[in-house]
Amino acid sequence: MAQRDITRERYTDGKPNLRRYHQAKWDEPVIFELSVPGQRGILVPEVEPDLRAEVGDVLADIPSGMRRQAPPALPELSQVAVVRHYMRLSQENLGADLNVDIGQGTCTMKHNPKVNDQLAASPKLSDLHPSQDDATVQGILEIMYRFEQILKEISGLDRFSLQPGAGSAAIYANVSIIRAYHKARGEADQRDEIITTIFSHPSNAACAKTAGYKVITLYPDADGYPDFEALEAAVSERTAAILITNPEDTGIFNPRIADFVDLVHEAGGLCSYDQANANGILGITRAREANFDLCHFNLHKTFSTPHACGGPAVGATGVRNELAKYLPVPVVERDGDHFHLDYDRPDSVGKVGSFHGVPANVVRAYAWAMSMGADGLREVAEIAVLNNNYLLAKMLEIPGLSAPYAEGKRRIEQVRYSWEKLAEETGVHSEELGIRAADFGLHYWTSHHPFVVPEPCTLEPTESYSKADLDEYVAVLAHVVDEARNDPDKVKTAPHNCTVHTIEHAPFDDPGQWAVTWRAYRRKVGGEEQEGT
Amino acid sequence: MSERKPVVYPYIPNSVPEVKEQMLREVGASSTEEFYEDVPEALRVKGRMNLPEPLLSERALRRHVEGLLAKNSTAGENLSFLGGGCYQHHVPAVCDEINSRSEFLTAYAGEPYDDHGRFQVLFEYASMMGELLNMDVVNVPTYDGLQAAATSIRMACRLTGRQQALVARNLGWEKLSKIRDYCKPDIEIRPIGYEADSGGLDLDELDAVISPHTAAVYFDNPTYLGSIEVNGARIAEIAHAHDAVCVVGADPLSLGILTPPVEYGADIVCGDIQPLGMHTQFGGGQAGYIATRDEEAYVMEFPSRLFGIAPTKVPGEYGFGDVAYERTSFAVREEGKEWVGTAAALWGITAAVYLALMGPQGMVDISEGIMTRARYAMARLGEIPGVRVPLAAAPHFKEFFVNFDDTGKSVAEINQGLLRQQIFGGADLSKQFAELGQSALYCVTEVHTKADIDHLVDAIGKEVA
Repeated sequence: MAQRDITRERYTDGKPNLRRYHQAKWDEPVIFELSVPGQRGILVPEVEPDLRAEVGDVLADIPSGMRRQAPPALPELSQVAVVRHYMRLSQENLGADLNVDIGQGTCTMKHNPKVNDQLAASPKLSDLHPSQDDATVQGILEIMYRFEQILKEISGLDRFSLQPGAGSAAIYANVSIIRAYHKARGEADQRDEIITTIFSHPSNAACAKTAGYKVITLYPDADGYPDFEALEAAVSERTAAILITNPEDTGIFNPRIADFVDLVHEAGGLCSYDQANANGILGITRAREANFDLCHFNLHKTFSTPHACGGPAVGATGVRNELAKYLPVPVVERDGDHFHLDYDRPDSVGKVGSFHGVPANVVRAYAWAMSMGADGLREVAEIAVLNNNYLLAKMLEIPGLSAPYAEGKRRIEQVRYSWEKLAEETGVHSEELGIRAADFGLHYWTSHHPFVVPEPCTLEPTESYSKADLDEYVAVLAHVVDEARNDPDKVKTAPHNCTVHTIEHAPFDDPGQWAVTWRAYRRKVGGEEQEGT
Repeated sequence: MSERKPVVYPYIPNSVPEVKEQMLREVGASSTEEFYEDVPEALRVKGRMNLPEPLLSERALRRHVEGLLAKNSTAGENLSFLGGGCYQHHVPAVCDEINSRSEFLTAYAGEPYDDHGRFQVLFEYASMMGELLNMDVVNVPTYDGLQAAATSIRMACRLTGRQQALVARNLGWEKLSKIRDYCKPDIEIRPIGYEADSGGLDLDELDAVISPHTAAVYFDNPTYLGSIEVNGARIAEIAHAHDAVCVVGADPLSLGILTPPVEYGADIVCGDIQPLGMHTQFGGGQAGYIATRDEEAYVMEFPSRLFGIAPTKVPGEYGFGDVAYERTSFAVREEGKEWVGTAAALWGITAAVYLALMGPQGMVDISEGIMTRARYAMARLGEIPGVRVPLAAAPHFKEFFVNFDDTGKSVAEINQGLLRQQIFGGADLSKQFAELGQSALYCVTEVHTKADIDHLVDAIGKEVA
């Protein structure tokens, strides 16, 4: 029998064919449409008859105005129907486990180790109440303590709080600490400005504004670095702090970062390092070396905890010794072999989040760090950066794409690309390329607003993807770009292989049509008359 | 730098040396060091980070972490009556099944096309919460109930252009602390006292203090100390008479029996959805909801994402997307309302599953069952000599406080004794609510049986005898 090269049958012109992907489409109704009166999804424990007999009718105690008149109009479904509905919806969602998830640049979509999920789901953690006696929670306190020691070494800073609920909450916590510091020095009123950069996450600007600060935003200079002259012009006795990322969303490392820090320090301000994504510089450079006063890490980025559709998460916030007294309460203290929660911290900013944050993610992140060690973390950084520079080289082979700023330079962990030339040539926009890429089972993101880089696209390959994965992503984008030139309608009418088709956008911005709940939709679109709201 | 042990890491496909070499060649680099040419020497970490030796095998890692976790003694292994914002309720198996689905657990910020499932579930979450609350607008969850309360107050201030919030003095200390920090520097937080016999807000003080400067009146119902605020309608009237916004924090699980706050006049309702299918997790299962009527002025003040439903180009097909996105910090940075970012979406998905499982009857049953058990526990504990339940005459939901002043023992002493009997007694209120003396906040839910409560009563009886 003649031999066949079976694998080669999946190739055309020496390259693997593109994936013939199609997302699940269950055409699933909204859950209320599945309701069958009388069906039950779960039964709750019944009250023992003798207990009830002793108590009598508790509802009689409730004044009529406080007693609900009719049961909530929730859908009624069997357990079978609930499971099937949500399983189907889960199949209509593209988790990172399923795709080459390098298209959500800045978010570090790395592998989420399954063993860590299992450890975090242990009843030895999930059944702990946050107000238990310290003696009964020694294990989790020890993990929190140990993880803090790891973060101290990775950052070079002196103390951490694991309480903030994600990166933005950590930024806000840092702003609160900055305010407390200036207040203690009698300068809180005078220092009413916070400086950030346009290529730092929007929450740096937004948290500062929420906390009452005037926000000054630095734009990049011609080389893509935050403009140092603009900083010189901005810094004054009104400066409370600078909140800055490095490398920024462009992936360009700012070699003068210590000068930025020094300048703000000379003016009496504090410097906070947004290290939400520190993936490319683990073991290479730290907040300490650049003389920062504060920083934060997102455990769902650098430290591998799952993104969970957008939380729960942890933003670990770190400070130098002189700011430690302002950290949120409580902090974990070690006393020999015993660990305890210290609430007695009179200078603390207080609570920034409930209880102790999200300890399950601390367990995951601790396990991840312990599975890597110092050499492993450095390997993470180096491979993430190798992957990024490999991807950069391959991406730039696609005509119509550029990587603005710092041309010819290496990047750290991500790149913000521009399809400006392609858009001018074809009229196809970056968002449209992304929607078409979804037809091949890939996620793709543009950038935060405003689009300083025109027609942006931000890719971050992390250490988790293989050379073949990166090649596949580039091949799909090259194909989509080819379509933009030769069959632009195909791109502009995408998606074709996803669960749903082009969504009408107008209702989302029209108060007369928008519907955030099914009841609002029934009323506004279905014309249903409803009592109350 | 010191010698690095050659390891091929299972989580790092390109850590295979030959692959690494090939990729370096393809980009014309001699080593990964070239990529860091912009990092000045002065900023470099000197040598190797000083971290614990790694546990490279999954087996070793599991043994180590499980060994640490084994030092915990859980509420499941003991008999717990702790509450105070985080509650021990039964978590249906289906909730864990769905929220551990990799498609949800590992997803993040996909578009309404590749992540249709996430958008639909969170829309359904908001829709079911909307039925529970009788309100049309519910956010994608924020971090927790503390954040929901603090943001609701900031929303009220923006809506009214005023900068004072009157908040019930009997909020939990964590919530009050969060609100104070979050409202700095521009918003004055003025506590209003509560009545000793009912636990309700002091209406006379409210009347005396409220003014044209007041943006919001905030109270929890049920209150942190457990009693039901029966004067909700009166409080809302007073707020509205001064054109202030009435904000109510409500335990969603109480709404099977209690009136949705909007019906007694609340304009913004908020709280924590942890009771709806989240394990206690040492406090890691919290997530905040904020709800309003469907009025443009209110909708435009939400910082959170709001997912709406809309048609697609295929008749009969539902699509989803962001409602009024331009109000968010994602769209306009510091010009947006507060900020939006990663928060607690997976718990919104879980709460959707929970509410779908429970249905109307389940919510009525659980609310009523909890109230009945709590009432029984209050009555029995009040029979112990020296132990008082000061608000015994007032209606309660699942929490109530117990006073031990007449026993001559402190809460701390009693709780240590209970711990020896494998019981987690109620949280000590003596520091945060000094006026209540030696009091503890007890929580009883559907997980407790009559025998559990009787056992508690016997155990306390022994401790105070």
